[in-house]
Amino acid sequence: MNQLHIDLAAVDWARAQFALTAIYHWLFVPLTLGLAVVMGIMETLYYRTGQEFWKQTAKYWQRLFGINFAMGVATGIILEFEFGTNWSNYSYLVGDIFGAPLAVEGIVAFFMESTFVAVMFFGWNKVSKGFHLASTWLTGLGATISAWWILVANSWMQHPVGQAFNPDTMRNEMTSFMEVALSPVAVDKFVHTVLSAWVLGAVFVVGVSSWYLLKQRHLEFAHKSLRVGAIFGLIASLLLMGSGHHSAYTVAQTQPMKLAAMEGLYKGGSDQPLTIIAGINPFQQPDYEAEDEAPLKLAVPYALSFLATNDMNGYVPGVRDILDGYTKEDGTPELSLEQKIERGQCAITALQEYRKAKKDGAAQEFLDELTTEIQENMPYFGYGYVKERSDIVPYIPVCFYAFRVMVGGGCLFILLFLIMIIQPPCGGKDDTPPRGRWKGAFALVCIPVAYIVSEAGWLVAEFGRQPWTIQDMLPTWVGVSQLGSGAVMTTFFLFLILFTTLLAVEINIMCKAIKNGPKGIEDR
Amino acid sequence: MNLLTKIWHLYYDGFRSMTLGRTLWLIIAIKLFIIFVVLRLCFFPNYIKEHAREGNEAEFVAKTLNIEN
Repeated sequence: MNQLHIDLAAVDWARAQFALTAIYHWLFVPLTLGLAVVMGIMETLYYRTGQEFWKQTAKYWQRLFGINFAMGVATGIILEFEFGTNWSNYSYLVGDIFGAPLAVEGIVAFFMESTFVAVMFFGWNKVSKGFHLASTWLTGLGATISAWWILVANSWMQHPVGQAFNPDTMRNEMTSFMEVALSPVAVDKFVHTVLSAWVLGAVFVVGVSSWYLLKQRHLEFAHKSLRVGAIFGLIASLLLMGSGHHSAYTVAQTQPMKLAAMEGLYKGGSDQPLTIIAGINPFQQPDYEAEDEAPLKLAVPYALSFLATNDMNGYVPGVRDILDGYTKEDGTPELSLEQKIERGQCAITALQEYRKAKKDGAAQEFLDELTTEIQENMPYFGYGYVKERSDIVPYIPVCFYAFRVMVGGGCLFILLFLIMIIQPPCGGKDDTPPRGRWKGAFALVCIPVAYIVSEAGWLVAEFGRQPWTIQDMLPTWVGVSQLGSGAVMTTFFLFLILFTTLLAVEINIMCKAIKNGPKGIEDR
Repeated sequence: MNLLTKIWHLYYDGFRSMTLGRTLWLIIAIKLFIIFVVLRLCFFPNYIKEHAREGNEAEFVAKTLNIEN
């Protein structure tokens, strides 16, 4: 067994710091992606009708987009710094894979985005209506393409494909760019993430519009924006439900432990119900070795089997099945943890022998044999560093509750959009009080809820894949740098102060812009 | 007016007529300074570059992972 001299507190602080940075970064990204579509729709309405009202409406949402864009820009770069400092082993091992998508992101998407942002903000009276409209849509497209490449990099960590380990360079090297860029996990993650961002953007538009209705200001603007936001949000939400099902199916195929943790499923089987809620202690890892399922479970019969396998009677493995090994639906056996540890140790031993033999000038034939052994066992490399069964089980309460917050929030927003389409709150006219104030208040409350729900989605994705920085190949305690926890802790709190300050500044600027309201539209 | 002049005026007039944009650009500049100068240089060195000899990064990582002694 490999004993690494790692300060486990440093691993936890490095994880906490990465999570803090990613959570903060994600406060900006979904609103950028969501508002990009909304402002595109508004400007398209201006293009088609020629009405000044839609031009000012588009400009207003573009202003809010601009504030959010400016505050969020470059916050993701800090994550790359953390790779190099806190996660140096990980960073070195994956450098070749990450380099390509991130470079494409930087060159194509970022420059495309920045160019068209300038035309969108500065070009109203300088370019034709058609060119301006195209620039607005291309700004959004550029942001979405950026998201694509970042999500490709993240998806590769969840499902490493299109690569081979090079024992000479000690790096995973890309063998197929297309396999990496179009892996099923990447496609699912992109679709689900972008749709969720659209929903957040729609909730924001509906919430802000409702605020104007509650304040009886800019009533025509508020009514029309609310309607556009609600229809767009409902369409995105329905598509999101479909993509959620497909994502769950892909997770079941590629990361069954994540699905078992999301469901609090300790002993699996066929005909599995989907848990609506259960009594899992949020502050303690449940005893999955002794219990078969979470207590006080309220569930929908067969729904988990359908979600995971597209078959009401399909087999879904639980935590213990994954640890002990099981047979998949197609009849192929899934190795037990013990067997995977053995394969991982084979990979490590073969790699040790290879590097020693290479230095000693061994014959190429021998090196080729060792290379084959390394490649065969490399998918289990990380298990060679695993000591206990509990090492590979993610913290179930976070996965379980975050999943329910995500799905529950998604359902809540469908309700919000339906209410806003069928019977929106009415701003009072001629000094009559507005009707349906509770609906406006509900829409306003949904804005922070949408952020919590969006972050919860990432908690499911990232907590669920623990302990792997690269699925099955590199656990966190191997990917981390050999740093003392004090250094990482210091930067964690530095970030906390910096991020909180920036967030306060953004909220302040955003609120002022909202209070000022759209220019050139009657304030009544 | 040729294309380059048009592009120049787009940016020049755009920047000159900014209102809220000025504040946002100031925040971006401060943020970039903190990120690239303060954080990058003072708190986020490249761990492997700092600890491994140039060209020996693979050996360094191999030793860290107990692949080599």
